[in-house]
Amino acid sequence: MTLALPARPTRVGMSRDDLVMRAGVLALAVVLLVIVGLPLWSLLAKGFEDRDGRFVGPANFITYFSTPALFDSALNSIYVAVVATAIVVPLAFTYAYALTRAVLPVRWLFQGISLIPIFAPSLLPGIALIYLFGNQGLLKELLGSAIYGFDGIVIAQVFYCIPHATLILATALATADARLYEAAEVLGTRKLRVFLTVTLPGAKYGLISAALVVFTLVITDFGIPKVIGGNYNVLATDVYKQVIGQQNFSMGAVVGMVLLVPAAVAFVVDRMVQRQQVASLTARAVPLVPKPERGRDAWFTAFCSVVAFGIVGILATAVWGSLIKYWPYNLSLTLDNYDFGKFDANGWDSYFNSLEMAVGAAVFGTALMFVGAWLNEKTRAFHLMRGVVQFLAFLPMAVPGLVLGLGYIFFFNAAGNPLNFLYGTMAILVINCVAHFYTVGHLTATTALKQIDPEFESVSASLKVPVWRTFGRVIAPICLPAILDIAIYLFVNAMTTVSSVIFLYSPDTKLASVAAVNIEEAGTTAAAAALCVVIVLTSAAVKALHVLADRFALGRLQAWRRR
Amino acid sequence: MAYLQIRNLTKRYGTFTALGDVSLDIQEGEFVCFLGPSGCGKTTLLRAIAGLDPQTSGTIHQKGRDVSALPPAKRDFGIVFQSYALFPNLTVGDNVGYGLVNRRMPRADIAFRVEELLDLVGLPDSVRKYPAQLSGGQQQRVALARALATSPGLLLLDEPLSALDARVRLRLRHEIKALQRRLGVTTIMVTHDQEEALTMADRIVVMNHGAIEQVGPPQEIYRRPTSSFVADFVGSMNFLPGRLATPDLVTVAGLSFACLPQDGLALGKDVRVCIRPEDVKVRDLPADIVNRLPIEVADLDFVGSFCRANLRVRAEPKLALTADFSSNLIRDLGVQTGSHLDVALPPDRLRVFAT
Repeated sequence: MTLALPARPTRVGMSRDDLVMRAGVLALAVVLLVIVGLPLWSLLAKGFEDRDGRFVGPANFITYFSTPALFDSALNSIYVAVVATAIVVPLAFTYAYALTRAVLPVRWLFQGISLIPIFAPSLLPGIALIYLFGNQGLLKELLGSAIYGFDGIVIAQVFYCIPHATLILATALATADARLYEAAEVLGTRKLRVFLTVTLPGAKYGLISAALVVFTLVITDFGIPKVIGGNYNVLATDVYKQVIGQQNFSMGAVVGMVLLVPAAVAFVVDRMVQRQQVASLTARAVPLVPKPERGRDAWFTAFCSVVAFGIVGILATAVWGSLIKYWPYNLSLTLDNYDFGKFDANGWDSYFNSLEMAVGAAVFGTALMFVGAWLNEKTRAFHLMRGVVQFLAFLPMAVPGLVLGLGYIFFFNAAGNPLNFLYGTMAILVINCVAHFYTVGHLTATTALKQIDPEFESVSASLKVPVWRTFGRVIAPICLPAILDIAIYLFVNAMTTVSSVIFLYSPDTKLASVAAVNIEEAGTTAAAAALCVVIVLTSAAVKALHVLADRFALGRLQAWRRR
Repeated sequence: MAYLQIRNLTKRYGTFTALGDVSLDIQEGEFVCFLGPSGCGKTTLLRAIAGLDPQTSGTIHQKGRDVSALPPAKRDFGIVFQSYALFPNLTVGDNVGYGLVNRRMPRADIAFRVEELLDLVGLPDSVRKYPAQLSGGQQQRVALARALATSPGLLLLDEPLSALDARVRLRLRHEIKALQRRLGVTTIMVTHDQEEALTMADRIVVMNHGAIEQVGPPQEIYRRPTSSFVADFVGSMNFLPGRLATPDLVTVAGLSFACLPQDGLALGKDVRVCIRPEDVKVRDLPADIVNRLPIEVADLDFVGSFCRANLRVRAEPKLALTADFSSNLIRDLGVQTGSHLDVALPPDRLRVFAT
């Protein structure tokens, strides 16, 4: 009788592909650590130091929580965010419901209008509201007093957050199974009950997600409270005041960390909720196509018209204001406000800086995000390092721009850092932008990659074709639409962002959105409005180009999609 | 020596054992089917042979070379998946030539080889088309041509016909089999379709719960299943609860049936007595035939070319049996629901398994 030897475990050797992919994942982890992890770590460390860099333990936090002027802003931030969320979510839900479940005339126009605010820096609605209801406001009499403060912030935030909430909710409502509604109808269910038992549960995750996104957007936004907040302090403006106004970096770090808490909590909750979600739409589902219904359609058309009028009205006010000689006393038109040299030393240069940064972020960011997502998705085994990359790629979503920007100061400006040379250059602005918007790009790329047949890599391996060749010849071309989506997303966000870059520009690299903040601060609202209008036009034009290219030029490149 | 030698292959996912100590030899030029229900480990075994999901332990030798620990790119095989996995953005020609471009072959040679392969699979005019413009069956042929392009020593087919509709599936079965015979390439096909395995394979490997149940030529698997699982999974089978009275006599519900001598089974033990519906004899029964059984026809299911008859044993109405009656037989004997007939269960067709 022979003794049964314990089976020797098989250790599979690595192919050249495996080695290259693993090296890539490792490099990606290092890059993400440098552009996301370490700056955040520096920020955390800074919160425990005094002004001279000595470790003082929780002293700064004790000061923070025992100073009512500081602590009140935290409560204000939460209050504003809760109220804005409570207004935006029902509004956006109704709008999204109209877009997906009613028959609207010019539906595409209503859809397009709901996206407008994405192309504007957040201070634009603030400026428009000042034109209407500010100290010199045309309609000030309607309100009785000027709008600065809580009311102004909330109204401007509603404008700013509508596109994000509408997009999420329209997606949630669009993926409905017509068969459920037919079943309900056959059973003679009343409309309200159908809505409560079929529609709402189907959109549940969308609603939660939309609420958390809006809450986070509001609490982390800097542009709106800066412009229209008046004496109403919130966390975002406090960080700015501590750092720029009082040069108190430690307290800035503490406020930044406080700001990090609600954003991080919202993020974690969202991830937990999304994990619960199972695909509600199976391959067999029949898509729901709304049938005309006069009364309902008329009601929703009216509703959408009112909302669309509000959005267009705010944008139009900003455009109009930027073309006015002297609001509200001389309403004749002029282009003088677009001669930015008169208001800011950088003149039009800040606009070209913005363009440069946006193009840089779109090009380098898209490459990094897509290749990175591919490496992380397709590398075999190597679970630990891939987990690290996944974590670092998700982290930026939970970090407000101001907080990341502050971390960049502490990390890159540190005396011993060999990357110190980046400080004050265009490069650091691009890097910061890529890092700040990393998560969405990474997710978009990952989703696109997951839709590709996982056996492509197996086939390539059996044919002895290196993975990177398959990446270049097959994977990237198939994912071209997603790659362009990421590039446009980065471009538009780089053009409009204020919060992530406000601490990082140098006199030579000032950006248009930052210049608008400075000009507005100096009291020249019209020129600030003009800068915002230029930014809107640029990002909207790039988006329009994308849509056109998608429809015409890409059609030829993507001939293989046609049957 | 066998072309492919698999020894003690085990694959575990955590505590779940997907493959338990599997050993198998496959000869050069053979067409082998891995057959079994879903979750039986057949695809796991195929992917371990390819190196796509390496085994936890055990060895694989291909043509005498130990490939157990090699990554897929260093093994010698071509593979076709159920999803075809054709590159949608490349033309049919580029798909087929995908593995050739990498070999620094002159362009003209590649074009020639691609044409040759497309002729082989019967798609000579599709070089410039994109996969989306082809039907499912055509796409699967392109996938086959691509897998064969580099002349691999081993062809792996992972449920290649499952995504196709019935008619195309039948035609492709014959084409793949004919192609394999012509090229003489050692081929392993995974399938859950017993008919597919029976018509295509030189040998069938029936698997269940991560282990091999039986290996053999289709005839043998069908005629002489060695376990009740194989008997049940391949083809239709009647299972009757019984007891082994003597080595060549079983009793079922008080009735005795002669069978072939059963060596491996203990006397007096509960057994399952099996017979295929088509083996139930009805016509021309000699007067002295053994295992004669008077029955009543409970009902007839019309299946097209024949009827599946549900029979009740008259002596023991709880005992039910199905049998295949041809249309001729039904006409000639005037069989209908309620008819009383005598059938016989030929002893050499009875299989007896331990419960």
